[in-house]
Amino acid sequence: MGSKDVLVIGGGIAGIQAAFDLAEMGVAAYLLERKPSIGGVMAQLDKTFPTNDCAI
Amino acid sequence: MNEKRGLPSVGVFVCRCGVNIGGFLDTPALVEYAKTLPGVVFAKENLYTCSESGTAEIKKAIQENDIQRVVVAACTPLTHEPLFRAICQEAGVNPYLFEFVNIREHCSWAHMKEGEEATKKAKDLIRMGVARAIELEPLESIEAEVEPSALVIGGGISGLVAAASLAERGFRVALVEREGELGGMLRHLYKLYPSDVPAEEVLKPWRDKVIDNPLVDLYLESEVISVKGYIGNYDVVIKSPEKEIPLKAGVIILATGAQLWEPPEGLYGYNKKDVITQLELESLLMKGKLKADKVVMIQCVGAMSPERSYCSRICCVTAIKNAILIKELNTAASVHILYRQMQAYGDEYESYLRRAKELGVRFVNFSPEQSPVVENQQVKVYHQLLGRELTLPFDLLVLSTPLVTQRGSEALATLLKVPIDQDGFFLEAHIKLRPLDFSTDGIYLCGCAHYPADVGEAVSQALGAASRASIHLTRGYIKVEPIVSSLIDEKLCQGCGLCAGLCPYGAIEMVDTSEGKKARIISVACKGCGICAASCYCQAIRLSHYTREQLEAQIRALLSA
Repeated sequence: MGSKDVLVIGGGIAGIQAAFDLAEMGVAAYLLERKPSIGGVMAQLDKTFPTNDCAI
Repeated sequence: MNEKRGLPSVGVFVCRCGVNIGGFLDTPALVEYAKTLPGVVFAKENLYTCSESGTAEIKKAIQENDIQRVVVAACTPLTHEPLFRAICQEAGVNPYLFEFVNIREHCSWAHMKEGEEATKKAKDLIRMGVARAIELEPLESIEAEVEPSALVIGGGISGLVAAASLAERGFRVALVEREGELGGMLRHLYKLYPSDVPAEEVLKPWRDKVIDNPLVDLYLESEVISVKGYIGNYDVVIKSPEKEIPLKAGVIILATGAQLWEPPEGLYGYNKKDVITQLELESLLMKGKLKADKVVMIQCVGAMSPERSYCSRICCVTAIKNAILIKELNTAASVHILYRQMQAYGDEYESYLRRAKELGVRFVNFSPEQSPVVENQQVKVYHQLLGRELTLPFDLLVLSTPLVTQRGSEALATLLKVPIDQDGFFLEAHIKLRPLDFSTDGIYLCGCAHYPADVGEAVSQALGAASRASIHLTRGYIKVEPIVSSLIDEKLCQGCGLCAGLCPYGAIEMVDTSEGKKARIISVACKGCGICAASCYCQAIRLSHYTREQLEAQIRALLSA
């Protein structure tokens, strides 16, 4: 039987959310990121429009 | 157990947060002060309490000193409370015996230039935190089963996609549509931008999937008239032409769409003959009945105005699309689009706009202060970029009007206890972090019910909403935070119903008992906001983790300085 695990490529906000939702469903997710830390571009932002929430 | 007055032993961890706290407050003095507080058996400072070494120290201290209450004086619980609670749990302390004191946002950041006073305030906050920690009670998270089925309200493209997607995952879906046919707005459209694919070609596969899947129960000409319960366990009543049908659903997806704003007769000469809306133009194009050589389109009719201050997003590209279709039917036709701001973002829409220009569609920019004037089969408009007035004769004038909230939205919002915004569109839990969820768990949102969206966006949202909804359905149970309200004693409740009316999450029901009406709190649906406890004039409701005793201890500690 094939694997039911999921590989998520890219650890920015989209990849993190996808991996997290899968994990919440009970599916094992492998989150792959090229850089040493996850968060992608969003981790480099200060505030996000239009709510001015802190990006991190 | 602690030797001082038989209190539970408290450990206090003061965080320097690099320079964020340590640079402004005298943290060693805070540690020394904490050691003098009743119940405290251990106090220490860390450079970063949230770091691996910081959390390891908490665990070590808990084990070595038999700590029963943990206080971290650091930053905001919004970001770090889950971490410290988890650390407590790993070290064998119930996570709800943890107390967070914010000496960063509330102290060092707020009073950067008053180090001494800020340190004093931090001592007050720590004293309060310790006093509250002593009163904390262990809590266990609440679990409940999830009914593996969904209710989808609305049979337009969003509802069809959401229903098909959930059914493909093996869940039973009840799809409720008010009209006699599936398809919603798309049934009235000719071709879709920017691919110029006929709307029917997009609609058909999704409609077929829904009709062919035995897991989807279709209710046409039907409306949802009652929704009771909470995530995982909704009791729904659907009213069909024949009868009222009760059913169970674990989750609800709201996909009720929007409707086109119809201008009042006479606005810009609106008469449904030679002055029509974009939707009426779609119908002419669909039937192949368009006969016009001089076409003028006016954008933002009834939009971005005091009554409807928002941009409807789809009208600019819709106008571009229909202009292109007219030019392709009749190259000799003149088409002018009178616009305020052209919303054609992104590569595909930009090139679509360029294509319209290449085909000879003219774009005229006007300001809302100098709106076009229609008289004698002519539009007079001041062209802002040319700086002069143009007179454009027409045989067809097309008004681009905005999408507005679906009729009945307000009633549905009341039924589901979900919010709508000032324009009547349904409001998501968070614009960026939870764009497809409502703040009430178990109810999701997609398509134009939320805000005008084009078909591509509506489909993405519907797939997303179905995916979010299936998290709970797949897992089969929900686990919620035990910080919830409860009735202290049913006898205290006078059955006034104030709490049930105020509860933003629909977590309180009024039930008939032999003693009269009483409030019943559904713990799984409760979010622990405390509105009910604060509003109950009989003080019959207790909010765990924020009990009277706990809050009073905190206030007494503040005043005892």
